[in-house]
Amino acid sequence: MNLHEYQAKQLLQRYRLPVPRGIVVTTAAAVPTACADLGGSRWMVKAQIHAGGRGKAGGVLRVDSPAQAALDTQRLLGTQLVTHQSGAAGLPVAQVLIEEPTAMARELYLSLLVDRAAEQFVFIASAAGGMDIEAVAAATPEQIVRVAVHPATGVQPYQVRRLSFALGLNAPQSQQLAAFMVGLYELATDCDATLVEINPLVVTDDGTLLALDAKLNLDDSALYRHPELAALRDPTQEDAREALARLHDLNYISLDGNIGCMVNGAGLAMATLDLVKLHGGTPANFLDVGGGATAARVAEAFKLILSDPKVAAVLVNIFGGIVRCDLIAEGIIQAVREVAVTVPIVVRLAGTNAEQGLQLLAASDLAVLTASSLSEAADRVVAAAAQELGQ
Amino acid sequence: MSVLVDAETRLICQGFTGKQGTFHSEQALAYGTQLVGGVTPGKGGQQHLALPVFDTVHDAVQATGATASMIYVPAAYAADAILEAADAGIGVIVCITEGIPVLDMLRVKAALAHSTSVLIGPNCPGIITPGACKIGIMPGHIHRPGRVGIVSRSGTLTYEAVFQTTAAGLGQSTCIGIGGDPIQGLDFIDCLRLFAADPATDGVILVGEIGGNAEEAAAAFIQAHMTKPVVAYIAGVTAPAGKRMGHAGAIVTGGHGTAAGKYAALEAAGVFTVHSPALMGTRMAELLAE
Repeated sequence: MNLHEYQAKQLLQRYRLPVPRGIVVTTAAAVPTACADLGGSRWMVKAQIHAGGRGKAGGVLRVDSPAQAALDTQRLLGTQLVTHQSGAAGLPVAQVLIEEPTAMARELYLSLLVDRAAEQFVFIASAAGGMDIEAVAAATPEQIVRVAVHPATGVQPYQVRRLSFALGLNAPQSQQLAAFMVGLYELATDCDATLVEINPLVVTDDGTLLALDAKLNLDDSALYRHPELAALRDPTQEDAREALARLHDLNYISLDGNIGCMVNGAGLAMATLDLVKLHGGTPANFLDVGGGATAARVAEAFKLILSDPKVAAVLVNIFGGIVRCDLIAEGIIQAVREVAVTVPIVVRLAGTNAEQGLQLLAASDLAVLTASSLSEAADRVVAAAAQELGQ
Repeated sequence: MSVLVDAETRLICQGFTGKQGTFHSEQALAYGTQLVGGVTPGKGGQQHLALPVFDTVHDAVQATGATASMIYVPAAYAADAILEAADAGIGVIVCITEGIPVLDMLRVKAALAHSTSVLIGPNCPGIITPGACKIGIMPGHIHRPGRVGIVSRSGTLTYEAVFQTTAAGLGQSTCIGIGGDPIQGLDFIDCLRLFAADPATDGVILVGEIGGNAEEAAAAFIQAHMTKPVVAYIAGVTAPAGKRMGHAGAIVTGGHGTAAGKYAALEAAGVFTVHSPALMGTRMAELLAE
């Protein structure tokens, strides 16, 4: 789960880490008061969406009057902001962060993330902050420094020294960096964050460190023990069908093709998309109905797949392990009747009770195509979709 | 022969009396696995499935001589269950549970660094030596004792590989589901090393997916150490970047962990790859016929 910048900054403050003073508004009318409360004569106007690249997309502006701040806020609120990370449709702006501006001398990069290979939290730092860190890593890997934190020791002074020297910090700044590293590690381990990224971490004109931006990912599997963080979820930043799928405990991801896919198991579901592509089709979605698929879940899954108007054919690919194929077949039959499916459906069943499942489908009066192998199923659904689209 | 588990393996189940634990314990018994008891705190002294229930893994090990454990406890308690099994000296710990917090697994892995226990999973189908020992949620009937070792990050794709090698008349020596989480117990290289040393294994099918760099590391290991043929399939060529594809560990971030990158690494290392999941068995059959 992702947080908005303002939510991430509130968490940083809870761990005593300095961020610019700011106020979140949801209406332009609230802007003049916010500017007055912050004081000064210049302000930043920052659209809150779950995607980076906001600056280049016009979502982060520097203004020198409350009137201008209100105008820009008015213009941003209610729009879809498109950045290079947001997807073509963009993400809706419902909140704007008004902040005091920061006079900065240097822009650094600091993040803390779970490194899968090291099986530890790792700090990544660079003196080249304020830009895409992946690009920095690719072009100038020597500008990136990494230190892993052992869970038994936590952050150690030598690790702070290493990053301080690499970032060219002086002694007082090094102490501030220590506070950042200890605070971020504490935050990540307290909140089950898998990534906290501060880009840029700025050195201000008066020489102090400040988190100018903040990105935070929380471990979905750990949200059960952080109800107050789970409440920060913003469903408007997520695909509507994906959010609906989560309510039904289904794993669904929207794609741009026209072949709907319903599969059990995440690996097989990914492989099924690849197979469709390999056979000349394009998948409309990823959908894992899970190991405990019941007739009702299959029906929900069908509804979800068919709510995408692009879908011209559906491929059901089930390898019965725990789940019995005859139960899946019953679910398909029930769903096709309930949902009034009009597009062609191709079903491949294998594993536990596959024969019984195929017999049930054959005995029904539904126009369901069956396939005995993976390749045959892919060929059939690609052909069916092409025919449906009149190609 | 086989790797890690065989007919001698003495198995207990943690979360024995729960719905999942009960169902899969019944399946393991029906398959002929030597299930010798189970653990449910507070139910020690009772009988379940005509087997003894213990309060702690330590009690179970002492009374039954258990050498392996399968864990079906809910995600919030699974890390504790793994650590309990390791502390009680269980040799092979198989954790089926999905959804364990990453931070819990970081701590578990750090604690297991000084243990001789082997952890398989979490978020995995388990391990099976066909005809001898089934530990996990895989359907036993699709397996046949045979020549191919299978190691996979995905449950249902493991079943595909099993189904295809059974259909090709090859059968399986041992199949290990290492799980779909970012932090896990045994990895590809651990399993490849075991299969390389196992006289019953003539070839290995490796099933990978997007996310992380375990397949790239496996490619380097295969090139340097494996003389038996390895067929690799990677799921997720069409997966969009930044999306978690069902498994917690299946995500492409910052251009890393793509299927294309994994295929390139495997092919550069001389590993036999298939780009269709339908061809894992036939490709292995061709290689073993050479």
